[in-house]
Amino acid sequence: MTKRTKKMSAVLLAGLFSLSALLGACSTTGGTNASGEAAGSAGSQLDAIKERGKLVVGVKYDTKLFGLKDPASGEVQGFDVDMAHALAKSILGDESKVELKEVTSKTRIPMLNNGDIDMVVATMTITDERKKEVDFSDVYFQAGQSLLVKKGSPIAGIDDVTADTTVMASKGATSIANIEAKVPGVKVLQFDNYQDAFNALKAGQGDALTTDDAILYGMAAQDPNYEVVGEPFSDEPYGIAVKKGETTLVEAVNKGLADMKSDGSYNEMYKKWIGKEPAAE
Amino acid sequence: MLDFSILTNHLPEYGEGFLNTIKASVFALLGSFVLGTIIAVFRISGFKPLRLIGAAYVEFIRNIPILIVVLFFFLGLPSLGFKLDGFQAGTLGLTVYTAAFIAEAIRAGIQSVPAGQTEAARSSGMTYMQTMLHVVLPQAIKLVIPPLSNQFINLIKNSSVLTIVSGFDLMYFADIISSETYVTFSTYIFAAVFYLLLTLPLSFAALALEKRLARSA
Repeated sequence: MTKRTKKMSAVLLAGLFSLSALLGACSTTGGTNASGEAAGSAGSQLDAIKERGKLVVGVKYDTKLFGLKDPASGEVQGFDVDMAHALAKSILGDESKVELKEVTSKTRIPMLNNGDIDMVVATMTITDERKKEVDFSDVYFQAGQSLLVKKGSPIAGIDDVTADTTVMASKGATSIANIEAKVPGVKVLQFDNYQDAFNALKAGQGDALTTDDAILYGMAAQDPNYEVVGEPFSDEPYGIAVKKGETTLVEAVNKGLADMKSDGSYNEMYKKWIGKEPAAE
Repeated sequence: MLDFSILTNHLPEYGEGFLNTIKASVFALLGSFVLGTIIAVFRISGFKPLRLIGAAYVEFIRNIPILIVVLFFFLGLPSLGFKLDGFQAGTLGLTVYTAAFIAEAIRAGIQSVPAGQTEAARSSGMTYMQTMLHVVLPQAIKLVIPPLSNQFINLIKNSSVLTIVSGFDLMYFADIISSETYVTFSTYIFAAVFYLLLTLPLSFAALALEKRLARSA
């Protein structure tokens, strides 16, 4: 019985989406027919997801609070992971229809473009540069760049960072250009992921680690000898990235986000991981 | 297919990485040759404790991933009070790792020089050191050229391990260029070409040297 209703609701949903796609973009020639089957090779990613019955989402495995693999259980947990499940519920009607794949700041766009994943939900800041490569959803998390230092460090904020300071970051992160613009000549060491960067900071290879505060708070929770200092010095709006041109998928994601915000589940998710209510928009 | 604007727009980064890769390779090549020779001499020494030290070094280092060796120098040493930056830690790790393989190549070379040669040298009054330097090593060197050149080529390729400790080598910059431009294929193809610029000449030089030594033998 549940199977049948699921199938029916999937068909209904598909119909709704194809209708909205027709009314909305009108740019794709293929589109979908009423039964939700992809029309030839011009089928969109959204159709492919529905046909597969599973959403393949790239999340980070090394970022506490957003996507962290628990070495004991092997489970990946965090805000981004919950977001992936919530989107599966919105798009496929079942929050368990999710396959997670590990991405890093370095691999997420190539993996998306190769078709390894349907979307990236991985603390990814929306930038003009990245918009040339991928399409973004509406902002799903508002972060800001900050600094993580060892307790007792003379650095108490961005104003204490000078050209003699060594700062660690993750390869390809937007935070690098930001801090280089704020502090010309600052020494930056880039690592494959945040965990490597944090290990290097712990080994005394640099003075501070810089990235979005949301990620830094997760690290500080991991090791109480480290703390986040100063006010955020940039705006980092996180977006969900999909392959360029997949307008129907962006719309589906945005609808899911809007629903989560209006029914309160977004606030719940935010509070669960970040520990406070999201700031008013 | 190949996006040449990646190369032209990022030539300074490729250049800096290329130079650092050459620097790390040259230091590690010289260092591992010296260290490897010492370990090889230990391994064939008549004094048992030295033999054991040599064997322990080779078997321990040769059988762990180079990544762990390098991370030890980068993350482990600071807790013992020595701080090396990414380039230094990477180059030292590369040296220590390659030395184990070089020691094995040299040991094999030395041991294939007939024992009668050593006996003759020793009985004509040479010390152990003199025998090694003037009789055994000059003959062994011919035999070890091919395996040694293999190890040096491996060393240059392995220098890419510097990227994980932020060692500013070719691979480090290739990672950054690909992250910033989202052009993965071309970025790494150009990096490969830079590596070939180093390894191919070495490969051909080794071949030529091998031929010359074979003729003189």
